[in-house]
Amino acid sequence: MITTEGSRNPSRRRLLERVVVGAGGLISALVAIPPLAMFLGPMFRRVPEPWRTVGRVNDFRIGETVQVTFENASPIPWSGQTGLTAAWLRRESEGRFIAFSVNCAHLGCPVRWEGRAQLFFCPCHGGTYYADGSVAAGPPPRGLSQYAVRVQGDQVQILASPLPL
Amino acid sequence: MKQRLGAALAWLEDRTGLVGIVRTVMQHPVPPGATWWYVFGSATLLAFLVQVVTGVVLGSMYVPAPDDAYRSLEFITNDAPAGRLVRGMHAWTATAMIVLIGIHALQVFLFGSYKYPREVNWMTGVLLLAFTLAMAFTGQILRFDNNGVWSTIVLVKMTSYVPVIGDDLGRFFLAGDVVNASTLSHFFTFHVFVIPGLIFAIIGIHLYLVIRNGISEPPEAGRPVDPATYRAWYHDYLRREGVPFWPDAIWRDALFGVLLVVGLLVLAGVIGPPEVGAPPSPANLDTNPRPDWYFIWLFAALALLPPGIEFYFLILGSGLFFIGLFILPLLANRGERSWKMRPWAVGIVCVIVTGVGALTVYGLQAPWSPDFATQPLSAEVVGATTGPVANGAQLFHEKGCHYCHRIAGSGGQRGPDLTTIGDKLSENELIWRIANGGVNMPSFAGTLTQHELREIVAFLQSRRSAPAPAQNVPTVR
Repeated sequence: MITTEGSRNPSRRRLLERVVVGAGGLISALVAIPPLAMFLGPMFRRVPEPWRTVGRVNDFRIGETVQVTFENASPIPWSGQTGLTAAWLRRESEGRFIAFSVNCAHLGCPVRWEGRAQLFFCPCHGGTYYADGSVAAGPPPRGLSQYAVRVQGDQVQILASPLPL
Repeated sequence: MKQRLGAALAWLEDRTGLVGIVRTVMQHPVPPGATWWYVFGSATLLAFLVQVVTGVVLGSMYVPAPDDAYRSLEFITNDAPAGRLVRGMHAWTATAMIVLIGIHALQVFLFGSYKYPREVNWMTGVLLLAFTLAMAFTGQILRFDNNGVWSTIVLVKMTSYVPVIGDDLGRFFLAGDVVNASTLSHFFTFHVFVIPGLIFAIIGIHLYLVIRNGISEPPEAGRPVDPATYRAWYHDYLRREGVPFWPDAIWRDALFGVLLVVGLLVLAGVIGPPEVGAPPSPANLDTNPRPDWYFIWLFAALALLPPGIEFYFLILGSGLFFIGLFILPLLANRGERSWKMRPWAVGIVCVIVTGVGALTVYGLQAPWSPDFATQPLSAEVVGATTGPVANGAQLFHEKGCHYCHRIAGSGGQRGPDLTTIGDKLSENELIWRIANGGVNMPSFAGTLTQHELREIVAFLQSRRSAPAPAQNVPTVR
């Protein structure tokens, strides 16, 4: 029979067991927390929403809806083309613009504007929106999201925002 | 030579004990009468190993950064030696793995093999099924073309339906607030490290349990499982009638494995991998995101569901389904195993297979999607080159009606076929429908002038199975 210090002293063995379990837990936590913070961090980080210039006021005709492309809210240097995003910009009047999200409110597919039909169509499940972004037909639960737009001097700017969920 | 090999094995056994373990595993007795139904588990494992080998090689050339991912895929497909073949094997084996694990799960369910004492075998198998589906989806994302980018957005949007944590979950998948470079590397990490690691670990447990609890004997009607007596009966049964796994049982697995690998090579060589689409860009809207075939049934279901119940179907439905699958053996671990005595089990399998199959076929056709590629109707179909009917036909196309309505085989299928609508609806009924729309049709009252509306109606009224009497063609006012 093997005799050890612990077997002669059960309370000491219990203490050692707790020390080992505690040490294991501490090691796991110390090792896991930094990688988890890095991996999950982007979920919780809020980046400021920047204004992006999408063109000059006179580039857009009143009553027309056009696609504009701009850098997204938080591009990473090596994002390449995926650092870009788009919106449907409509010039309502001399100084008033509306920018609609290109993502269908149903499942996020890219809606396309059909000027002659004056409708936005979603290719995925047939969602359709009127020119003002309200639901015209199909499964979308609500109208198209809108971006904030402002005119600075002769520049039209869109507030680059998170993907509308 | 034989002596040297024997000596080497003896040394290895002395130092590690592994030779004895392998010998015990290979020669352990299994029930006789195992049929070809039993090959799908090992074939799934083989498919996974093919994925590991081909995936490692693909990973040596794939660059998980947005623009480079696209270019590296093009390089792998078009320039790398045997790159097209390896990519093809990886893609076709993904398909095979889904099919094989599906058949294996259905077979285990129908044979009642999830019952005592193999409950945890089943539960680990359900986890493997879930992770295999996750591998399939993340693999589609790594094919980082425009469809991959937009499929990511669709996934994120779907997760946003989860109550309370939906938005956070979406940001987790995006690795931020928008699609970005880190979105791709996140999915790459899942596809290459996290999920395969979990699959390896669970396969280890699954195989250990297969050995520990034994391969289930083919079920017989009238021979129910009783946890109180099953183990003793099973061991006695094996002692009396068992055959060694090597080679009496494994030969079928080996032969089926050969067929599988040869089939995959042929498919990879002849058909090749899926095409890489347009370059990835959330600003390129000229795309029609579609999941790979294994999720197309879900895509179809989402088109057919009444608006507003996505949450119940997507989150609650799929969540309850997987939880139900997982805990199934905890709810019913005894009794009859034979499918002949379990009509409910047969019924459930029929419903699932028929439902998923029908939705898959329907999803591949996607009749609810507007057909943006549709071309204007020919003068021959229209039957006029000037006047209200011809103008109406042109407006029918320009105003988007044609995207959703088919006439003489041309156009979308979202709405009813209007080839003979003139037989069915009067002038006033047509005006009312166009002006007011319906559940799946926009109202055109605000976008058509009276004159345009009359011309479209004139065109639609001329769509008849037989030429219309002259007095029935409305005049444009």
